[in-house]
Amino acid sequence: MQVTMTVNDVEVTREIEGRLLLVHFLRDVLGLTGTHWGCDTSNCGTCVVWLDGEPVKSCTVLAAMAGGHEVRTVEGLARGGELDPVQQGFMQCHGLQCGFCTPGMMMTARALLDRNPDPTEAEIREAISGQICRCTGYATIVRSVRWAAVHEAAAAAQVTETTESDDAGEIANAGQPAGSLS
Amino acid sequence: MTTVHERPDTFHDNDQKPVGHGRMLRKEDPRFLRGRGRYVDDVQLPGMLHLAILRAPVAHARILGIDTSAAEASPGVKAVVTGAMLAEQNLAWMPTLSNDVQAVLATDKVRFQGQEVAFVVADDRYAARDALELIDVEYDVLDPVVDARRALEPGAPLIRDDLEGKTNNHCFDWETGDEAATEAVFGRADVVVSQDIVYPRVHPAPMETCGAVADFDAVEGKLRLWSTTQAPHAHRTLYAIVAGIPEHKIQVISPDIGGGFGNKVPIYPGYVCAIVATIVTGKPVKWMEDRSENLVSTGFARDYIMRGEIAATLDGRILAIRTNVLADHGAFNGTAAPVKYPAGFFGVFTGSYDIEAAYCRMTAVYTNKAPGGVAYACSFRITEAVYLVERIVDCLADELGMDPAELRLKNFIRPEQFPYTTKTGWVYDSGNYEPTMRLAMDMAGYDALRREQEEKRARGELMGIGIAFFTEAVGAGPRKDMDILGLGMADGCELRVHPTGKAVVRLSVQSQGQGHETTFAQIVAEEIGIPPADIDVVHGDTDNTPFGLGTYGSRSTPVSGAAAALVARKVRDKARIIASGMLEVSVADLEWEKGAFLVKGDPGKTVTIQEIALRAHGAGDLPEGIEGGLESQICYNPSNLTYPHGAYICVVDVDPGTAQVKVRRFIAVDDCGTRINPMIIEGQVHGGLTDGVGMALMEMIAFDEDGNCLGASLMDYLIPTALEVPDWETGFTVTPSPHHPIGAKGVGESATVGSPPAIVNAVVDALKPFGVRHADMPLTPSRVWDAMRGNARPPV
Amino acid sequence: MQVPAPFEYERATTVDQAIGLLERLGSGARLVAGGHSLLPMMKLRLANFDYLIDINDLHTELGYIRPGPDELRIGALTRHRELLESAELAAAFPIFADAERVIADPVVRNRGTLGGSLCQADPSEDLSAVCTTLDASCVIRGPGGAERVVPMEEFHVGPYETAVGDAEILVEIRLPVRPGGGSAYEKVERRAGDWAVVSAGAAVWLDGGVVVDARAGLAAVGPNTTGIPGISALLRGRQPSEDLLEQAGAIAARSCDPVSDQRGSADYKRHLAAELTRRALRRAVERARS
Repeated sequence: MQVTMTVNDVEVTREIEGRLLLVHFLRDVLGLTGTHWGCDTSNCGTCVVWLDGEPVKSCTVLAAMAGGHEVRTVEGLARGGELDPVQQGFMQCHGLQCGFCTPGMMMTARALLDRNPDPTEAEIREAISGQICRCTGYATIVRSVRWAAVHEAAAAAQVTETTESDDAGEIANAGQPAGSLS
Repeated sequence: MTTVHERPDTFHDNDQKPVGHGRMLRKEDPRFLRGRGRYVDDVQLPGMLHLAILRAPVAHARILGIDTSAAEASPGVKAVVTGAMLAEQNLAWMPTLSNDVQAVLATDKVRFQGQEVAFVVADDRYAARDALELIDVEYDVLDPVVDARRALEPGAPLIRDDLEGKTNNHCFDWETGDEAATEAVFGRADVVVSQDIVYPRVHPAPMETCGAVADFDAVEGKLRLWSTTQAPHAHRTLYAIVAGIPEHKIQVISPDIGGGFGNKVPIYPGYVCAIVATIVTGKPVKWMEDRSENLVSTGFARDYIMRGEIAATLDGRILAIRTNVLADHGAFNGTAAPVKYPAGFFGVFTGSYDIEAAYCRMTAVYTNKAPGGVAYACSFRITEAVYLVERIVDCLADELGMDPAELRLKNFIRPEQFPYTTKTGWVYDSGNYEPTMRLAMDMAGYDALRREQEEKRARGELMGIGIAFFTEAVGAGPRKDMDILGLGMADGCELRVHPTGKAVVRLSVQSQGQGHETTFAQIVAEEIGIPPADIDVVHGDTDNTPFGLGTYGSRSTPVSGAAAALVARKVRDKARIIASGMLEVSVADLEWEKGAFLVKGDPGKTVTIQEIALRAHGAGDLPEGIEGGLESQICYNPSNLTYPHGAYICVVDVDPGTAQVKVRRFIAVDDCGTRINPMIIEGQVHGGLTDGVGMALMEMIAFDEDGNCLGASLMDYLIPTALEVPDWETGFTVTPSPHHPIGAKGVGESATVGSPPAIVNAVVDALKPFGVRHADMPLTPSRVWDAMRGNARPPV
Repeated sequence: MQVPAPFEYERATTVDQAIGLLERLGSGARLVAGGHSLLPMMKLRLANFDYLIDINDLHTELGYIRPGPDELRIGALTRHRELLESAELAAAFPIFADAERVIADPVVRNRGTLGGSLCQADPSEDLSAVCTTLDASCVIRGPGGAERVVPMEEFHVGPYETAVGDAEILVEIRLPVRPGGGSAYEKVERRAGDWAVVSAGAAVWLDGGVVVDARAGLAAVGPNTTGIPGISALLRGRQPSEDLLEQAGAIAARSCDPVSDQRGSADYKRHLAAELTRRALRRAVERARS
């Protein structure tokens, strides 16, 4: 069968088997290997991507089911060459070691911040509780997400401030959080 | 205690400490953050085929016949291979890392559920998986040996009838210490406490399962193997021996690895199958096991059934420790440990205490379970040893009515006793235990916690405080004592400084997340003054790195880290000679200040390491006898292991109605000598503590009476999530290793070793009102409830 | 990783079209919504189908929570997250939010549906206990748009078996709304996201401090425990007291038939049945009073 979906803002059409799992479509068909898999039973969460903006476990979604929908993967997390604050937070706070769970964790974290820009530690732990990390013990992942929240808030405040001062020149740079990676 | 901490601003970016040790952000992160890590399953080669393995559905059965015809006819199938076909090529069996043999594909019998029976190679992974359904194997099911305690009973089913002359399921006996001296001390002790303690079978379950891509080029005669291995060089040598391919024609590439924890040390049949498949088909072949295969067939950990005995005086002076261990090694002895150490480093069961005598007797048996034994960050069985001693010391404290902290403080090896030779012959290099313990107690607010506990007990609430103090022996090891299959446990390192002053350092160890690309750049930077950002770390590729035994047993820093420091010093020594020529002074007149040589007394006269590098490669003369270039290579043979230690305190609350355990706080104070990158050390500790919560409270590979594995998926084998663990509280003391060039000790497994006893001690402490002195892991709500009712039972 | 056996994929965009597909494709067809129970079973080859009919597009038709004066109606395609986040549902039946917070994990809850949970009919499943506790009824639609309403007690005809016929779809759950109600859910799991060792749901309706009606149900402790009539009989017409809750717990323990497994011993589960029933009832009463 033929499936058409939008992946990281690009429309793709491929001939597939009905049983093909979305994670294999992304990895094997499109070569987007940033999305991983680690179990057969939807428990580990290394395969988390967004389907229409919501984190889902792509090992338990058929590629065909994503037809006509929008998928976003870790490769589509940075926008315009600029790392997302969540990505920066993971680096600043040592939120990753082997890196295997990291893409899924970041996709969930970004979705969380989009709905709740100032989550508590408990809310972050709850949000990532369907995803297993064997390396970090989670504390630094929680700190990474908090880092992103704090720096996004600071950047937003800066935007407000500069907008009020009507300084267009600064607005252009205001979206870049402090301490960002080049 | 659950506040979110921001990272201190002083460590905000790498520019603030461009050279040397410190909290530097990781160089490897940018690729992982962008989804550009390259793991084995990310390798895609043109024309690549996919391999899937058919596994035994039962634990013990004779194979009567295998019909592969339907599978061969299945769409997309290129080959179906059975053990009989491998046997024709003399490839049906392979050596294990413990000088046993293991079936690549079963020929005669299957000996554990999940054992490899046949494999299919097909166009894609779906077609390969479909064809497995079509292979028809006829089994004659045999009685299995599941309970290790019954493995040596007369009449027990014989598992290893492949071994000539084998008439029982005995694997090996081992002893250490002085039996008679220990008996004598026990005989005159005021108090003797004895406790049966089981460390159940668990599994490292890294998030990335094991797998390989094998690509044999028949024209070149060269085999390239991308594989999930923690020891690429050792694997290459073994493949040369097993497959008969010359070693220089084998390239083992261990790319990014999604966690190892010891699971990726052994050679698994699947790797060999992939090699056979690429040779048979002439195409690249990928094999990636699924999660069930990982859990049922690859290296498990622990499975020690122990009796601990401790002798002491009435006032709490520990005199002797004795233990008897029954070790379940599964169907093949696949333990990855130095050859002379069949029980790994279990001999450190005397712990951190200055005692008069110790003795251990161990019997290992075969059972119809998966092979393995040394894995899951165990530091070669130190996990079991530390658990035993820290549990039995708590039992003694209970018997004596002493505070467990006080009992430990009273018996520590004193700082002036180091180097300290234990009663089982281990030479602890350095240690200063009391300050570590005191710091942990201060951080925890130990006295206040005890007061809180007293108040809560009066109200019927269950709160427990658990202490564990460990000493580890890591960094295997001195080649006079330690080898794996005859390969000495040394590690090479090569450092090359380019003309513009940038450098590449090549390691024989392999990161599975430990951050080698950062810490090894830091080690070299500290020695030679080139910023870490200018130092590329190459690892995980046997064609491009020097020989060495790889990353496990917390050995990267103690062995390879020492090699990196020493090779940098060798390069610096050469740079000094070149600098003396450039500055026209004698070598003795030069002073090293990180990154440059200065003329003593004339600080204006200086050359940087970058200038020296350019001169080393440039035109013009070099001092007499000095070759061009600026590079060096060494192979480091450690003179001893390193002995990190730590004090852990755990606080738990137990719901009296449901028996659920909540880890409220965990304080970990580690002493791993010189700290190269504190951020990475803390991360390693955090991960290990989480392992401890898993093992203490939920993880276990259980079997039913027929030998069926009950932990064959992540639905059944539970691993902690972010909701089961607290925000970790870490601290440190620094007692450098006297023999390591920068004083560093290994730390990668400390927390996995030290945390389970702290958690179990805390739960047992919480259950004291119920008269509980011991309860075995995993302390699931049901098992805790049993303990509260006086029915604590071993898990096996 | 494990992959399912071959099947044909079909997508339905309306309920009637889905029923038409079921009629045409016969018993080899299976509906899939969130897929988080079905697809893992298919990957492990514990279940195989010739056709999967994707009904996720039915969310526009069947994804709703509609409060009414007499009953609250929930469309079968309503996702767990929508159930968890609905203020209207939480106000009427806080038991839903209690349960949803401990069902699987947040990412799975983005995808899984109420109808899928009920139709999976796993004896350990939480929402079946919740719906039984709330005296729910299930609306099942068949060919030609014919609808029948089945009480929750009759919806599950056995483990993994429901009253939904071959060419039928569960379209809606109806929860009766009565004054003075309070409800709660308690679950013990070995780890977040695990299936229940035991869980208990409770709902009470008070009038002047006296129990007008009460219902309690259990999950994961054997058949016929999602609703326990003896507890309703005990509590009706009485003022809730600790002693009464103690008796209710004892009835719960007597009414179940747990088996020992990796999650816990039968004795422990029986103990939990009592403990969690007490806790759920206590909290339900507190909520009814406030």
